[in-house]
This record gives sequence, C-alpha cells and structure tokens, in this order.
Amino acid sequence: MPAERPSPSADDLLLEVRDLHVHFPLDEGTVRAVAGVDFDVYRNRTLCVVGESGCGKSVSAQSILQLVDRPGRIVQGQIRFHQHDADGGVTVTDLASLRSSSRAMRSIRGRHIGMVFQEPNTSLSPIHTVGNQISEVIQLHLGADEDTARRQGIEMLERVGIARPAQNYDAYTFELSGGMRQRVMIAMALVCSPALLIADEPTTALDVTTQAQIMSLLQELQADFGMGVMLITHDLGVVAEMADDVVVMYLGQVAEYGDVDRIFHAPTHPYTKALLRSIPNLDFDQDIRLDSIRGMVPDPFHRPAGCPFGPRCDEVIEGRCEAENPPAFSLAEGGSVRCLHYEEVTLS
Amino acid sequence: MLRYILRRLLLMIPTLFGISIIAFIIIQLPPGDYLTTVIAQLSAAGDLVEEDVIAGLKARYGLDRPMHVQYLKWMGNIMLRGDFGTSFEWDVPVGDLIWSRLGLTVALSLATLLFTWAVAFPVGIYAAVRQYSWGDYFFTGIGFVGLAIPNFLLALVLMYVAFKYFNQSVGGLFSPDFVEAPWTWARVQDMLGHLWVPMVILGTAGTAGLIRIMRANLLDELRKPYVKTARAKGLSELRLLLKYPVRVALNPFVSTIGLTLPILISGSAIVSVVLSLPTSGPLLLRALIAQDMYLAGSFILLLGVITVLGTLLSDLLLAWLDPRIRFDD
Repeated sequence: MPAERPSPSADDLLLEVRDLHVHFPLDEGTVRAVAGVDFDVYRNRTLCVVGESGCGKSVSAQSILQLVDRPGRIVQGQIRFHQHDADGGVTVTDLASLRSSSRAMRSIRGRHIGMVFQEPNTSLSPIHTVGNQISEVIQLHLGADEDTARRQGIEMLERVGIARPAQNYDAYTFELSGGMRQRVMIAMALVCSPALLIADEPTTALDVTTQAQIMSLLQELQADFGMGVMLITHDLGVVAEMADDVVVMYLGQVAEYGDVDRIFHAPTHPYTKALLRSIPNLDFDQDIRLDSIRGMVPDPFHRPAGCPFGPRCDEVIEGRCEAENPPAFSLAEGGSVRCLHYEEVTLS
Repeated sequence: MLRYILRRLLLMIPTLFGISIIAFIIIQLPPGDYLTTVIAQLSAAGDLVEEDVIAGLKARYGLDRPMHVQYLKWMGNIMLRGDFGTSFEWDVPVGDLIWSRLGLTVALSLATLLFTWAVAFPVGIYAAVRQYSWGDYFFTGIGFVGLAIPNFLLALVLMYVAFKYFNQSVGGLFSPDFVEAPWTWARVQDMLGHLWVPMVILGTAGTAGLIRIMRANLLDELRKPYVKTARAKGLSELRLLLKYPVRVALNPFVSTIGLTLPILISGSAIVSVVLSLPTSGPLLLRALIAQDMYLAGSFILLLGVITVLGTLLSDLLLAWLDPRIRFDD
C-alpha cells in the first residue's frame, strides 16, 4: 500500500473525463466500447482502471490521446485536461474536441501526457536504436539539438534503471530483454516530464519478477516527478499495491469509483465484490473453492437491457435491474457506484 | 558488417564458378553444334562437304576436343585475357559484339527499375494509407490491367501512339542519324528521348506488382503497435509514416532488386525484338538459334554475373537498412 496521502484537492486536478462514449461502427453493428465513463486523475496520485478484457479500459485510456484504432470514434463526452503552468495558472483543454492529427493534439502527446503500452517487444521499432527513438521525442518537443538530446536521453535511461546507459543508448531493441524494453518505453514516455503518464497494462507481457520491478520503478518516478498516473490493469494485486483511486469498469461503464481502501475494504457494487472474492488470499481456507463470477461477459453486439451486470449479478432486484441502467450514485464515504441498491444512499 | 560483406564476397566465388559451368552446359545441350548447322546449310545448297574440310573446321574451332578441355580453354581465355572467344556466325571476337549491347541492356534495366520504384513507391504508400478509398480502387484497377497486358502488345500500341501522335521515330534506342554515331552528348540526349518507350513498357508489370507488394507490406506494418507508440510521442502522421512503417516495409522492396535485374533483362527479349532495340535479348536469341556457342555462352555467363552482383547489392542494402540482418552473424 502506498504511503498515506492527503485527499486530492481540486488544485491538483489533471484530467476530468465526463460521460465519455466511444463507438466502433462495424459491419455487424455498432460496438459501444465505452458507454458513458467518468473519472478524474490528480497530480501525484495513481488512478487504477481495472476490469475484465473487453470492458473498455484500454479504449478509454487510448481515447485520451485520441489513439483509438479506426473505426473507433469518440461520439460524446469531454476529456478536460488541466495544464498547470509555473505561476499557478491553469489552462483547460477539452481533448475530446481536438482532431486526432491536429497540431494541438500532437503538442500534448509525449510532451504533457506520456503513454506506455502493453507489449514492449512490438511497441518499439525493431530497426531504430533506443537512442534514436528517445531523442526523437526530446528534439520534437523541447527543440533540443542532437547532443543535448543524447545527454538527456542517456540520463533518462540511467534514471529508469538501464545498466550501462551510454552503451544501451546505441543498442537496438532486439538486443534488450523484455523488462529492459519496458524501461526504455517508460524513459521515452517520461523524458519530457509530462504531467500525466498513462500506462496501459505495462507489465502484462512480462514475468512476475520483472513486473514487480517495473511497478516499483513507476512508484519511484512518480515520487520524483510528481506526475499523475493512470494505470490500466486487470490485476487486483497491482491495484492494491499501486492505486490511490480505483475505477472498476464493466462493459464500457464505470461500475464503481472510489479510493483504494474503500474499494478493498468496503466494496459496494456486486461486480466489485465478486472480483474481490475471485482473488486468492493467504488466510484462505485451502478447502474452499475460489469463487468465479458466473456467466460470461456478454457479446459486444448484444448489450443486456437495464444494468449491464444484471445477467451475472447475485443481488438482482427483480423487475428493476432488467429495465433500468442505473446512473452513478454518490456514496457517503466518497466515490460513486452504479447500482440500484445504493439509490437511497444518495437520496438521504 | 565488414565480416558480413567479406563472407558475401567469398560466397560469390563458388556461385560464379557454378554459373560458368551451367552456362557452358546449356550451350552444349542442344544436339549438334555450329558446324552441323553450317554443313546442313552447305549441303542444302548443293555443295559437297569434304571430310577433311570438316575436320579442319573442327580443329580450328576446337570442337574435336573433349568437353572439359573446351570448357577450361574457354574459361582460361576469359579469366586470363578477357577473351570471350570468337563468334562463329559473325566471325568477330565476342567481346566486340556484346559490350555495347550489354551496356545498353543494363542502362535500360536500371532506367526501368528506377521508373518502377518512382511510381510504385508513392502509389503503394497511398493505397495502403487510404485503403479502400477511390484512389486505392483506381490504382488497384490500373495495376491489374498493367499486370494482365502482355508487354509486346503494349509495345505495339505505344509504338503506334508515339509514331502517329508524337511523330517520333519508333523502334531502336537511337534516331537513324545517331545509330552509328560515336558517343556524344547529343547521342545521349537522343537515347534518353527513345528510352522512355521501352522503359514504360518493361516497367508496367513490375510497377503493378510492386504497388501490390508495397500496399500489402505497409498495411501489415501500419497495424503494428510501434506505429501507435510513434503517434503517442506526438510525431506528425507523415513523419511517423515515413520513419517507421515505410522503413520496415522497404525490406521486401530491396531484397527483390537482385531478382528484378535478371527478370528485366530476360523479359526484355521479346519487347526488344518488337521494338528492335540494340540490347542483348535479340542477339542472344539469334546466337542460340544459330548455335553460336561462344557468343551465347558469354551472354548467359555475363547475365549470370549481373544477377549475382544484383543479389549482392540488394543484400548489402538490406543489411544497411535492417540492423536485425546486420547483427545476425
């Protein structure tokens, strides 16, 4: 668990995502990959977005930088990015309204928001050197000349824990291990000291030991740079270790949102509860079978009517959950939940 | 890198040796030899051919010696003195016949290669980046037509067009005034004026093929995660396109240079006959028909050497382009 941090203040707000909808119009029908998502990211805090494959967590993350593959498109909602300048002023840009290839969008990518992807093996070019790929970002955004870029690039490699940084700066990515490559990716994403780092399942392709190293590296770097981190993962262990705030996603919606202690100790949404029951625990009685969530994630072309989790839920309210898709209700202890069981909580 | 080049150069020696043997076997394969043809022609004309005349001719051309002796003598003369032997039919040294033709063939092939690349490269990139657009369908259509039309037909049509509408002297690589002229700047200009017809004809099929290859390769590469990484860095679309996926998609382009050269050279034979170009194709064809052994053999040998050099060139380019190959030893 990260050290206790003060509650987020509005001054530290970096990113507000409001009612985000991303659709993929395909021949077979429209896939509503993200169907009304809200969350906030703060400076110096980590937001973990957790959920099963296909719940829209990666698409949400990629839509922030407008990197969603065609034919995916943001059809509704706002992504308000707060840029804090040195003397305390704040400029707010709605990233959702920018064109994907516009100059304004490109000046934010890599400069103010860095991104690390899932597969370090294929996310780096096989035919360019590490240094070439890192210095490119520095030269592009900071207007540095080649020598300065090289010096800063090597410094950054050293910072992310690459051994012999000057030599590895001139290495090709196929000469490095998977963990080293992910370190290079992180160096590349952070070399312009962006305010926000988006890491899309950065350790999925790595072995467990390397995974732990990368995670603690991210924590160290956050302590140094003070950036906000948005970490996409399907691993609740990672969430417990890294998160300050948690977004639990299901079928393109935020099922539950709250700070990490509340989510783990007092989960509210039936889906969150089921997820937590499905992870093994050292105190667990060996004879008890680990719970799994019954049923399957529905086919993306046929979303259930009413609550998306309804068909798999153990706490269905007959007659209502099939009909109404609940809005997000604020919880007294902070955060929000999309479940009719908590309707009264908001009213009171 | 140096080791890679050295190894490639060393490998060329046995390859070239093999090619010389195969070239020699090919010209020996058809039944009979040049003398048989001559004797058949003489007897058909009613002349009696006497035994000792035949024997004299055989001794003169070295045809009475065993095959391996003939081979060694042929190769020895080439290696030691650059003497490719004498053409039976033309009765002049082979060297006098082939060098100018070979030079023009290589010039034409290179021009065609450049034309092919200059067209296929941008069009292929466009077709991939704008997949399923009208432009993509348009170029795909043109490409299939280009692949389907036989070159000689295209040659005839273009000759007609050039003659009828541009009033250009068609056929050959030179205007009548320049055919026998020594090399001057005016002659080069004249050649360039004529070069475009065979260049376009020979280039169409290759261009169409390369557009398809470029389009398919680039489509594969555009979906790779490293493209998204580059985009997430804030690079502009054109810059990231040219730096990353296009660079990777270039590999198959470069690795086919070695193969393109011999295809261009042999594929040009029929077009050269139709357009009466002074390239190697028509002369090689005649030499083979007449069983003009040393002339045909020298051509085959030199075309083989050009192919090997082309492959070497493409391998070196590939190693220069792609570090994964450079580091693979």
